[in-house]
Amino acid sequence: MKALLILSDGTFFEGTNIGVAGTTTGEVVFNTSMTGYQEILTDPSYAGQIVALTYPLIGNYGINDDDNESINPQVAGFIVKEMCENPSNYRSDAAGDDYLKQYNIVGIQGIDVRALVKNLRDHGVMLGMVTTEHTVEEGLAILHNLPDYDSGAYARQVTTPRPYQWQQGEALKVQENKADNAPLHHTATAPPDQWEMPLEAGGRVVVLDYGTKFNILRSLRDRGLEVIVLPCTATPEEILQWQPDGILLSNGPGDPKALDEEVKNIQSLQQQNPNLPMFGICLGHQILGRAMGGETFKLKFGHRGANHPVKDLTTGKVHITTQNHGYAVQADSLPDDVEVTHLNLNDNTVEGLRHREKPVFSVQYHPEASPGPKDNAYLFDRFADLVKKKTEYP
Amino acid sequence: MVIGSGPIVIGQAAEFDYAGTQACQALREEGVSVVLVNSNPATIMTDVETADAVYIEPLTVSFVEQVIAKERPDGLLPSLGGQTGLNMAYRLAEAGILDKYNVELLGTPLESIKKAEDRDLFKETMKRLNQPVPESAIVVSMEEAKAFRDQIGYPLIIRPAYTLGGTGGGIAYNDKQLEQFVRSGLDRSLIHQILLERYLNGWKEVEYEVMRDGNDTCITICNMENFDPMGVHTGDSIVVAPSQTLSDKEYQMLRSASLEIIRGLGIEGGCNVQLALDPKSPQYYVIEVNPRVSRSSALASKATGYPIARVSAKIAIGFHLDEIPNAVTQKTLACFEPALDYCVVKIPRWPFDKFTTSDRRVTTQMKATGEVMSIDRSFESALMKALRSLEIGVYGLRSKGVGLLTEMEIEEKLRVPTDERIFIIAEAFRRGMMIEEVHDLTKVDCWFLQKIWHLIEMEQQLRNKPLDEFTPDLMRKAKKLGFNDHHLGELIGVKEPEIRARRKAMGIAPVYKMVDTCAGEFEAQTPYYYSCYETESE
Repeated sequence: MKALLILSDGTFFEGTNIGVAGTTTGEVVFNTSMTGYQEILTDPSYAGQIVALTYPLIGNYGINDDDNESINPQVAGFIVKEMCENPSNYRSDAAGDDYLKQYNIVGIQGIDVRALVKNLRDHGVMLGMVTTEHTVEEGLAILHNLPDYDSGAYARQVTTPRPYQWQQGEALKVQENKADNAPLHHTATAPPDQWEMPLEAGGRVVVLDYGTKFNILRSLRDRGLEVIVLPCTATPEEILQWQPDGILLSNGPGDPKALDEEVKNIQSLQQQNPNLPMFGICLGHQILGRAMGGETFKLKFGHRGANHPVKDLTTGKVHITTQNHGYAVQADSLPDDVEVTHLNLNDNTVEGLRHREKPVFSVQYHPEASPGPKDNAYLFDRFADLVKKKTEYP
Repeated sequence: MVIGSGPIVIGQAAEFDYAGTQACQALREEGVSVVLVNSNPATIMTDVETADAVYIEPLTVSFVEQVIAKERPDGLLPSLGGQTGLNMAYRLAEAGILDKYNVELLGTPLESIKKAEDRDLFKETMKRLNQPVPESAIVVSMEEAKAFRDQIGYPLIIRPAYTLGGTGGGIAYNDKQLEQFVRSGLDRSLIHQILLERYLNGWKEVEYEVMRDGNDTCITICNMENFDPMGVHTGDSIVVAPSQTLSDKEYQMLRSASLEIIRGLGIEGGCNVQLALDPKSPQYYVIEVNPRVSRSSALASKATGYPIARVSAKIAIGFHLDEIPNAVTQKTLACFEPALDYCVVKIPRWPFDKFTTSDRRVTTQMKATGEVMSIDRSFESALMKALRSLEIGVYGLRSKGVGLLTEMEIEEKLRVPTDERIFIIAEAFRRGMMIEEVHDLTKVDCWFLQKIWHLIEMEQQLRNKPLDEFTPDLMRKAKKLGFNDHHLGELIGVKEPEIRARRKAMGIAPVYKMVDTCAGEFEAQTPYYYSCYETESE
């Protein structure tokens, strides 16, 4: 079936439908990773976005149960050059197209993705529509009446509805999970006063779920930490009743400016408990940046890929990082007690922060990788050491 | 001083000339004056404008010493002249000539090179780095052989030491075969000794091109996947870049291993790591490491737009990756990992048309003397382009003679790889063989076979189609899959110009897209181009 990709600037592309037929709208962005489409599809940071992959051959190794970064695909729509019909990999359980259909994702293939990418690069990301139903004129009329992507508090849509404890290694049973849209392989948790104390006392981390990827939770658990995931709207009181040894502010979708409540909660949490270790990732980094007095701004077309060089200014070393963000912290907006620790070598934007006195640090990129290079996992070690009080800060 | 690679021999393409020339230019850009020594005048690198002084002299210690005595270079860069350059540097160092004239060895230290090239040192180093190499043991008795089997299981490859033509060995899948081959191997070995090694039959062969600078920053330039599984030399295999059948987990596992290795060896510059990956589990082995610019790095350079030899030369004189500009974008840095938005296919070019009586089987010893590389938006069209570029008189997946083979011969030729295997696979599909059957015989991953099957399906749809039934939709499909006008003409029985005229009347023409190292993320200043059937031309 024919499908159209219509951009709000009037550009359109004709291709064929993948996933289900219908219409979807969202901010159109591109990602240059050559592998990891399943991780990208299921990354909650893509809520509200239609994702185009620049690598033309997608779906080659199929979809499997282990590579999900959340329980469902999260993208608003999917754009590829060519979706593989017959995947080949021993772990493959389904073809990409069937997977998209299963979760009602509207997608398009067969368009000149490189032409699309150049348009977004030159003019910035914009709203768009993938449709099998509308004409270009109809599509544009709908797009022009949509609210800005920036105004949406997407984190509140993708966050967990209730607290849960992350358990490692249990098979994902996505189907049974539909009822309340909470991840089933997380044990449903009782209120903290009825909480059974964990077996190991390695340290308890509360993850504030702005749209966390599973691999953040896995990375923490791998380091012997107990992981409690809370809704992003949790108040300082709700957070502290879990008696956390550390707080992780997760990745997530959207503009941090739309999350004022969350920013205020972090501010008051820091005031109440200034020595609580905090680690922010991506949106979590931006929220932390704003909570500490900084400003954020929107990038023209964002950073989305697995090949971004980041320099650690404290060591002089360069690391290749996975990135997925459309906003960044403004370096000159930060107060004196906050130090910029990492820079992106492509455009010199802020990639990492730390507080000079408090055990608080954050990165704009994704140390949990998945997809992408595993070179930055050392940041989880650093955080785990702080949580377990093995190291003094700074 | 830069040492060239000497004469071009079978097993090399012109990659060292390419690398050496690039390196000389990179050094001169930095104001370094370059003295070049090479015994082969038939190269670009010995052109007068490549270096400040060019010596065309035999690559022997005494000649090179005289050049050093005369030119008194400050440093010697040996890692761009292949094995010849490296060996020369060894001998100069051992003869004390580098010390005598106070010449600093640039780039990777000789110690690191030894660790990669000496079999025992290599195994030891990999063990220290926790990187698996295929288990092997030298045994002198049946008991020892069985003890090794108990350790690692089947299949095992048995190689007698010192026999004529490797007779007496074989591959054992069970006890009966093991006993048979060990007995015959021990009998025939002149020193009553055999090498047992885990046999990685059907495993995927994957290569990573990685770089490291003096600041310990490590990056991957490109990974490549062999079409032919383990057992065919990577120089004799069809290769695709980037890998196609690896999930991100597998890609990153092998990438991390490659970076671990380049760090562990302490290489400064480019390095090639070859790995074998089990198609049915996450198990892998490190097969080989080339601690220098190699044939694969020349391929990776052209496949990605990332000039590995050039950057290696800059690293050798002390630059860090984040101090070297990306030559294509000129705005970003050489410190990143190229993102491809196309598919690259390399096919070896064998000299069997000149050496008509030689054994055409391709095995673990490289026989190709050159290679072609093509770029397109799909694997199918990149493959078709590469096949045409071989200049062996084919325009697609049909080569002369395959149509006359019997079913038995086809099966045999699928089982035992030769230079013609790609055409045999195509012929097998023409005769109705199933993908699974061909996979069982060739062990080629079904993803690749599926693509060839797809091309044959299209070929059969096009065959003898009357020209006036050639709709624009069908024409576009055929062009996107890489059928050129000549080939289409052959299939439907008209001359090429007629097809071309019809295609042009339909308004179907190729466009040209950039190789820019970054999948369009940044503007490119000095890109190169490939043709494809898309909408926007750059």
